[in-house]
Amino acid sequence: MTSTTQVIDKKDATPGWGSRLLAVLRELYRSPASAAGTTVVLLFLFLAIFGPLIAPYDFNEQIYADVRQPPSTTHWFGTDHLGRDVFSRIVLGASSILSIAGGGTLVAVFLGTVIGLISGYRGGWIDEIIMRFFDSLLALPALLLALLLLGTLRSAFGENVSAIGRGLGVLIILIVVYTPIVARVVRSVVLSVKTKGFIEAAQTQGESQARILFREILPSVLPALAVEAALRFSYAIFLTASLGFLGIGVQPPNPDWGLMVFEGREKYSQVPWAMFFPAITISLLVVAVNLMADGVKRVFQSGDLDV
Amino acid sequence: MLRYLLRRMGFLALTIIVTSLIIFTIAQVLPGDVCRVILGREVGDQALADCREDLGLDDPLVVRYVTWLSDFAQGDWGTSYSTRTEIRPQVMDRLRNSMMLAAVTLVIAVPISTLLGVIAGFNEGKPVDNVISISSLAVVGLPEFVTGIFLIEIFGHWLGWFPPNSSIRAGTSFQEALPSLILPAFTATFVLLAYVARLTRAGVLEELKRPYVRTAALKGLPRATVMIKHVLRNALLPTITVLAISFGWLISGLIVIENVFNYPGLGRLMTFAIDRRDLPLLQAVTMLTVIGFAAANLGADLLYAYLNPRIRVGE
Repeated sequence: MTSTTQVIDKKDATPGWGSRLLAVLRELYRSPASAAGTTVVLLFLFLAIFGPLIAPYDFNEQIYADVRQPPSTTHWFGTDHLGRDVFSRIVLGASSILSIAGGGTLVAVFLGTVIGLISGYRGGWIDEIIMRFFDSLLALPALLLALLLLGTLRSAFGENVSAIGRGLGVLIILIVVYTPIVARVVRSVVLSVKTKGFIEAAQTQGESQARILFREILPSVLPALAVEAALRFSYAIFLTASLGFLGIGVQPPNPDWGLMVFEGREKYSQVPWAMFFPAITISLLVVAVNLMADGVKRVFQSGDLDV
Repeated sequence: MLRYLLRRMGFLALTIIVTSLIIFTIAQVLPGDVCRVILGREVGDQALADCREDLGLDDPLVVRYVTWLSDFAQGDWGTSYSTRTEIRPQVMDRLRNSMMLAAVTLVIAVPISTLLGVIAGFNEGKPVDNVISISSLAVVGLPEFVTGIFLIEIFGHWLGWFPPNSSIRAGTSFQEALPSLILPAFTATFVLLAYVARLTRAGVLEELKRPYVRTAALKGLPRATVMIKHVLRNALLPTITVLAISFGWLISGLIVIENVFNYPGLGRLMTFAIDRRDLPLLQAVTMLTVIGFAAANLGADLLYAYLNPRIRVGE
């Protein structure tokens, strides 16, 4: 009995999270495509954190003397119809989209993992009920569900909800839409691991259910989970930007990129740059996250890396 | 085949009932007092009472749900609160427009994306494959509203080949509407292209690994015959499933695209309903879209079963 415990403990003694993350990063930099993607994503992450130090103006600062200025050395990306500096708004908008999409992905991955582990391990009627419920949620296309839920919330709470409240709405959508998908993936791995010898050994030893789930089964789930998380993150960026564009995500005057494209369209003939620069920025981020997600998939599915 | 058909139909009915429950819960239970939401805060008691009477809000939830579902099934979709007209005629007109757009999109998207996927699959690892795989991942994975506005700029304003605004009048015939449909359809094609091409490529690669391919080659059949007569026939089968999965994408994509191009379809109607806080209209449009989505999935499944004897006979 002691020997089994030792073997398991040795397995637990793998390097910490920091060095694992570094190992994944190193693998990502082996292919030019995922290296480029990862670099751009890290750059945006940097902007999201240090944006307030980089942006020359406040996102809502209206410089009346400089209304509708084309790109120049003072205003790199020009100014919009209200005299707001487009470059500053883009820089400051990075934290909005990354925190909403990233936060939503993180919570969905966490909830999906816990639910998938329990559902797959316990089986029986709990599993049946959870999975059927998730199936029916997934029968609604993501954006349709988002419009219905956000549209209703917006109607119910009126226009005067704080900016944080709006961001929270999008966050909830991401969690509702992606938790079932993550749970399904985790569950399928659990089902294949559950019958293996080391789980049986743990059960015979009388280990607690929580310990079996999180110390024994979870490590086998991690590779599939990493791939899924990267993929969900790229969809989350996409969905957040689309909701912003449809005008039901983050609300003005916040520097949400999708919203900036939406607002810029109306004033397009006067200030084309106010629409083009946010559009290009969104494209850059989406493409970069896609390339990175593809790289993550390659790293974990090729089995080059033992994480 | 009949048993398979019946089982799939049963599954369709179940899906629609469960999603209708979700839609009802979100649109009717979540906001609390629906009438106060629709009419605003400063409304008189009489108007509020009329509205409550009209929508049957004083009934228990179960009764409200059953009444709504049976009314919906019988074609009584209620009255829109923003336009003060019956919901069904305006929704049906929008539905027709959305279907036209979806049809044109499929006609353009399916051949192009399948062909690209097949070419990439047959040339695995070669430059052609890399170009198709990476560009489909990168350029084509862009949000619809970005692709849409750039297509409008280039082909609508700059070259002037197509109308930059697709807001056609109600009841416009297909031929008249066609020029307005091309740009939105190409935008939607970009959305599907990446997805379908990648999965078709994977299907071809899977099929190329099978022993029968080697057998056919060793038998001395020309490579082209092996590829076209043997591999392609099997590899394209999963493409139908792929298309079925993409319907969800297509619907989400079309909602955004209709808003980019001001095209009067169901997606545009949805954002209109949200702007006007018109919950009954929002509810009806969502329900109709879900039914369309489920029916399209069923259609794809049946087509797959029909083309694949292993499922047709095996069941």
